This record gives sequence, structure tokens and C-alpha cells, in this order.
Amino acid sequence: MIALATRLLGRLPIGWLQLTHRRGRFLAAILGVGFANLLVFMQLGFMGALTSTVGLPYAALDADILIQAPDANTLTDGSPLPRQRMLDALAVPGVAAAAPVLMGKLEWRSADGSARSLDVMGVDPRLPSLRALKGRRDVLTLPGAAFIDRATRNVPPEIFDALDAGTPQRFEFQGRTLTLHGSFTIGGSFSGDGWLVMSDQSLVSLFPNRSLRAPNIILVRATPGQDVAALAARINAALPGLDAVARPIATALARDQAFQTTQRPVGIIFGMGVLMGALVGIIIVYQVLSSDVADHLREYATMKAMGYRQGFFLGIIMEQAVVLASLGFIPGSLMAYGLYALLTAVTGIDVLMPPERLLGVFLGTVVMCVASGALATRRLARADPAELF
Amino acid sequence: MEPAITVRGLDHHFGEGEARRQVLFGLDLDIARGALVVLMGASGSGKTTLLTLLGGLRSVQAGSVRVLGREMAGASATALAEARRRMGFIFQAHNLHESLTAVQNVRLALDVHGAVPQAEPAAARALSLVGLEDRLHYHPARLSGGQKQRVAVARALAGSPEIIFADEPTAALDAENGLAVVALLKRLGQARGTTTLMVTHDNRVLDLADRILTMRDGRLMPA
Repeated sequence: MIALATRLLGRLPIGWLQLTHRRGRFLAAILGVGFANLLVFMQLGFMGALTSTVGLPYAALDADILIQAPDANTLTDGSPLPRQRMLDALAVPGVAAAAPVLMGKLEWRSADGSARSLDVMGVDPRLPSLRALKGRRDVLTLPGAAFIDRATRNVPPEIFDALDAGTPQRFEFQGRTLTLHGSFTIGGSFSGDGWLVMSDQSLVSLFPNRSLRAPNIILVRATPGQDVAALAARINAALPGLDAVARPIATALARDQAFQTTQRPVGIIFGMGVLMGALVGIIIVYQVLSSDVADHLREYATMKAMGYRQGFFLGIIMEQAVVLASLGFIPGSLMAYGLYALLTAVTGIDVLMPPERLLGVFLGTVVMCVASGALATRRLARADPAELF
Repeated sequence: MEPAITVRGLDHHFGEGEARRQVLFGLDLDIARGALVVLMGASGSGKTTLLTLLGGLRSVQAGSVRVLGREMAGASATALAEARRRMGFIFQAHNLHESLTAVQNVRLALDVHGAVPQAEPAAARALSLVGLEDRLHYHPARLSGGQKQRVAVARALAGSPEIIFADEPTAALDAENGLAVVALLKRLGQARGTTTLMVTHDNRVLDLADRILTMRDGRLMPA
């Protein structure tokens, strides 16, 4: 091991030998770097989960283009727009179909006091709007009939078992009875616990201030082979006034994600967390490296007296930085995998580890270790060989 | 042949402004190659300052210091480091690297010259010169004071230096070992032409010296 490192470096692996000479401190340093890694991984995990949960309902929509009010930042917060815009869009060549969607929010309270906050989509049962409802839309024509998101948090599994067995489940909301006839899957988000789909008629009767003539979103499907961006531009040109904007669904999603991660507090908090994690990591590594330099000042001074130059000591400190970065990354990433799995199990939000995050955090760790190593070398100037005699 | 060391009109000051204090006064000195020279004097007489100036560990302020044909006055840090590679230092405190074994410590003196083939066997040979062939892979913490000092001597010798500067090299050794170390330095001077300048208070080794210099209050006493 030492012999191999000696051959690779063209010198003794002094940095490695210095680190391993004090095992307890070495272990603490590795865990320190690992902990900093874990901090960054967790914040990136939250951030990534936020971004990916934002995309879940978009993926469920059977649409190429969304038409929303100009004030819409997310899928659910846009003002209602005139239903007439659907007819305007349908008149544009290249548009194959269009469907209105109304958005609402309701609290499902059980007799035991437990509650879930559900985002509600009201769809026209005659038109395709959600891929998962294919072949089951007719059920929604029954008043108060709904499908529930299987990933909804905090729902007793018996309810889904009963739904799978074909037994509708009823619950009350604002004096009206809703009947769950089945389930589909979107997935929970940071803002809601799950989704409910019902007919636009049912939604309007639940929320009396809403109207069938004013949906929140108009889903547009293009004829096969259309350039979606160009079609969206043509729709915008055809829409009168400023009360509606058409965007390709991917563009709408990207806007939503940017909004959630940079405008909403939760995204900003996670972003700050990533920065703080990186900062804590730099401080930990700097502490380790600079105290190591301080501990070896006399030895470095001796080596200076022997004729070694500054670059040699830089090499030693960089060697230590890379060793700490690499060895700290192993426990850091393993702990992150464990906590991701735990979070996924507890929150119902998929917290996943994309390979590029693994690579990015590793490279970031190396850069951060090398940067704090470079900072620590400033103490080397105090290794004055003239003080040795 | 040019002497190993030539000093002309060497002054040195410490401190700034009001606190500025002269510690060396107009030193002139020639030391022949291969000589074993002992430098004596009370503490504070300037011995150590002279040693650090000759060894290129401190910048020359005034006067001329030529070591191995190279002017040290005005030399850059890089040039001084370069010059030091041809020297060996033995410090009063052994200053071994605690994380390295005896043989690795000695290797450091060889590796400074670039990748040396067979550095480890060469380092082991240097250690056997000082009688430590059975302690090659011991860390300093497991060596006695005398053994550590002998490792430091082996380290100073391993790089085949042309000059050895030693500051009380025998202080940590018993009489027998101390004499053995100085005798070794003497033999090297005769065999390889290595010049040795040694600060010592140890009267037992004076018999081995080719020349004895005495300093008092920053001046060299006439012999």
C-alpha cells in the first residue's frame, strides 16, 4: 500500500502517513467530512424531491399544451379563465382535442379526527384528461363520485383494500357525500397529501362559488407530428386578450419547478441548507487540515531546512484533502442512502439518489477539501527553519 | 582549493527600531573542506545565529557568506533551499517526523534530491552506520532519546552532504554514544571530505576537532 503510493506520488505518502498515525483523529475527520456530505445530500434530496413531486401531476395529465391564466405559477394556483378559450384553441389547426379542468382543495376529515389535505381535479367525464382514468371515466358521471390518489398520505390501507375489492367508500365534505369508486396514482407533494378526481359537475356542487364556465386549466392535445412549441405559439396568437396563456406542458412544468424552488419559502430553505452544508463541510475540513499543519510545523520546518520547497508541502496537504474527501464520502453517501429510504417510507415522497448527484457531491467534496487545504497552507509560512536551532 | 565556507564582514541585527540589537559584529572566517570545526561560546554569544546564516536558514543582512562556492547574501528563498540540499543538519532536538518510521525519516533526506532509486536500502545503510539496523521500522515514539538522536544523525548523513551543521548533537547522548557520533562525523570528513561545523559544550569531543572557534558577544575570538 505504502510502496504503491510511494511509486505513484514519486515520494513517501507523507500526508497519508500523518493522517493514519493518529487513528482516532483520522476517524473523527472522516466522519466530519461524511457528516458534511450527509447534510448536503439531505438538502439536495429535499430539493430533488420537491422538484420531482412538482412534476407528478403534470405527468398524469393527458395533454401536450396547458392553457392557464397569466397569474398561474403552479398547476393549482391560477385564476379561472373563460371556457370560451377552449373553443378558441380548438379552432387552431393542429389541435386535436381540448378539455377543461377545475382545481379545488378540500380537507378530508375522518371520524377519528385524522385529516388529509387533498388537491381536487374536476374533469369533464366525456373528455380524456387523465391517463390513469382511461376506460373508467363513466363512473365519474355519478354525482359525488371520485377516484382517490393511491399515494395519498395518512389513508388507512383498508380503504384501498375495499376499493380494490370493488366496494365504494363514502365520506362527507361540507355536508355533501363523496363516494370513492377507485384509485389511481399521482403521488404526494409538499403542499398536499394527495389527489382526488371527480367530474366538473361534482366539483362545482362542492364549491358553489365555482362555475363550469370558468375552468382553471384547459388541456390541449396536438395532432400527431405537431411541433408543440410552435402550436402553443399559434394558440397564443389565436387567443383574444390577456386572460389566458398557452404553454407546452414541459415549459409549464419547468416554470412551476423554478417557482417552487426559488420563490416559495420551502425551496429557498432547502437551497440555503445546501449552502450551509457545504459551509459546515469546508469548516470541518479546514479545522482538520489546519490543525494538522499546526501539529507538524516543526517537522515541516525541518523538511524546509533539508531543502524541501513550498510546493512539496502543498502536495502533502492536497494529498490529505483528497484522502479525507474520498474516505469521508463513503460513510456520507451510505448514510444518505439510508435516510433517503427512511424519508421515502415516512413521507410517501420519493427521495431518490440520481447518479449525477452522487458524482456532483463527490466532486464538490474534493473541491471543498482542496479549497480548505489551500487555506490551511497559509499557516505553513510559520514553519521557519531558522527557529529550529 | 576554495574553502568550504568563507565569511567576510558579517553583521547581523535582530529586532526593529528601538529594539534593534546587533548580535554579530564584522565576522571574518574561513573553514577548509573536510575539517571538523567546533564552535564554542556562552549562550547568547551568537553561535546559533552564525550557524543559521551559514546554513542558509536565515537571510544575510550585511557582509558576505560564501558556502560551497555560492554567495548566500541576497540569494532567493529558492536558491537557499537549493543550497541547503547540499547540507546536512543535526538539531539539538532530534526533530524527527513522528508519523514516519526511522527508515522513512532518513529517506526524506534522500528524496529531496528527486526520485532516488534504492532510496530505502540507502536509508537503511545510513541507519546501520549509527547502529540502528534493527530499528528500521520503529516510529520515533518507540525509540529512546539517544536512538532518536542517532536517527537524526543518520538523516543528516544519508544525503551525502558536503557540509554538516550540528547544534549540540551529543547533548541527548551518553558519553559513549556522543563520542561515537562525533567520531563518525570525523571519519566521514576524512573519507568523503565532508566539512562539519558543530556547536558543542561537550569537552569530551574537543580532542577530535581539527579546529576550535570561540565566540563572545557576537565576535570571534582570536585563536
